[in-house]
Amino acid sequence: MEITEKDVAHTTSKLRFDDIKKGKVLSVKWEPKLNYAWDNGPALGRYLAELKNGRIIAKKCDKCHRTMLPPRMFCELCWRPTGRWVYVRDTGIVNTWVVSYVDWKAGRLNIEGGVRPFTPAIIEIDGTSKGMGILHLLDEVDPWKISRGMKVKAVWKPVKERIGAITDIKYFKPVK
Amino acid sequence: MRRVAIVGAGLTKFVRYAQETPKELAYEGVRMALDSCEMKLSDIECVVHGTAPDAFDGVHMKGEYLSDASGAYRKPYMRHYVGGGTGVLSPIHGWFHVASGMFDTCLVVTEEKMSCAYPHPAGAFLTIFDHTTEQPLYPTLIWIFAIEMNRFMTTHGYRKEDIALVAVKNKKNAIDHPSAQLAAEITVEDVLNSEVMAWPVNRLDISPTSDGAAAIILAAEHVARRVTEKPIWIDGVGWALDTAYWCTRDLYYPDYVEVAARQAYKMSGIREPSKEIHVAEPYDPFTYKELHHIEGLQLCKRGESVQMLVDGVTQRTGNLPCCPSGGALGVGNPIAATGLMKIIEIFLQLREEAGKRQVPGKPTCGLAQAWGDLMQVGTVVVMRS
Repeated sequence: MEITEKDVAHTTSKLRFDDIKKGKVLSVKWEPKLNYAWDNGPALGRYLAELKNGRIIAKKCDKCHRTMLPPRMFCELCWRPTGRWVYVRDTGIVNTWVVSYVDWKAGRLNIEGGVRPFTPAIIEIDGTSKGMGILHLLDEVDPWKISRGMKVKAVWKPVKERIGAITDIKYFKPVK
Repeated sequence: MRRVAIVGAGLTKFVRYAQETPKELAYEGVRMALDSCEMKLSDIECVVHGTAPDAFDGVHMKGEYLSDASGAYRKPYMRHYVGGGTGVLSPIHGWFHVASGMFDTCLVVTEEKMSCAYPHPAGAFLTIFDHTTEQPLYPTLIWIFAIEMNRFMTTHGYRKEDIALVAVKNKKNAIDHPSAQLAAEITVEDVLNSEVMAWPVNRLDISPTSDGAAAIILAAEHVARRVTEKPIWIDGVGWALDTAYWCTRDLYYPDYVEVAARQAYKMSGIREPSKEIHVAEPYDPFTYKELHHIEGLQLCKRGESVQMLVDGVTQRTGNLPCCPSGGALGVGNPIAATGLMKIIEIFLQLREEAGKRQVPGKPTCGLAQAWGDLMQVGTVVVMRS
């Protein structure tokens, strides 16, 4: 057998996004309105509570001795309960990063209009085990001057605005 | 375990906005697969279905929704899903049913219609991230792949202009594929000058949003010999997941692909993959991913995939053709159907029925691989003629 043009001709479509937008084809639009209330559990619960205090807390595994972030109740590598809590610093290094011109819906940012690109990064937090990164944003830095290994520090929201969320850290900025 | 062969295959055209419903796409893929080996649905003992997030179609329990179209009426039916890795898990899932002795035939169907999600399916992915530590930062898949690509580049010193050659190669290969959505002759400059999505990822570094379906028919040896003179054997299977704490892995290397590949190679008796595999379809939703996966699959040493690409080794006429179909970058990427499209390409290549896409040298051993979930799953199938 060989797959030919004739075989696949049944599913050729000349539809375009514009046709849908202009209502040329029948389509149904549905906005999901589902609400979720997620329990944080003891590990992330304490993590968030400490973020509200302006501190980052990790948890250690007594077997592999990793200091893990985000903290977790079980070590996924050793498959056993984790041990003690340890405070780590709010500084770290850039493991890898991206200069994003799109938002989470793949919508384009108005870069030409002066909007700064998003610069999310994986940041290895000082005091955790090597390679223990968290996802966060970088700011107060020229997007094109970010580099691997760059030292960064958390910029916290004012105490009154903190709610116990990962966004209590506004972003990370470079430090000498 | 019994030997299991692929005896038939069907593949729709991949398009951006299919007029067909997801069910109609799946039906079309199945019909083509049955016709290709002159089998009837009554010859099929069980059905497995692979399809990725329900959020694409906005239909919860999409497996059940697609069951009729997949020919599963009153048959044993199972749906599986490991994100982008789904399409290569599908034949593995079907293989279990037949290798175990439970069934003599199994129809494997994959379908994806990404265009339903409006205005762009990228938004549907927000909820794959951890709801407490990551979702509040509004991550998107393009970011995290760009993050991985950057780590891959900075670790090995790879250049964007070299990685761009993957898009040039695959889109060109796709010109010879009747199902292709984005076949084109482009240059490295076209890739570098295309819109920046999330540096280092430009628009032409990414596979498109696609609709399409693919299906294959698996049979136990005694049935396969009856159905066809050219059965293609599933000779090795492997799959593995890495941790969902994706920020704590070193993203420069896909360990989980290595684990999956080693499992498949062991089963297939392969000791030197780069010599024993004649043709490969590594998963290429992004340009760098083809290279990343070639390294994970042990088809070259770590840090050598770009040289292999530049030297032309992975061209259709090279020593180790990779993505002769045109891959996800050229044929298109209706997630679950893409992996099975790759399986079908190896099936056709090993039967020497790939037409203009046929790689030279009468290949007898090939491999298809896919990847997905939270950048954590590797699925690998080794096939022999």
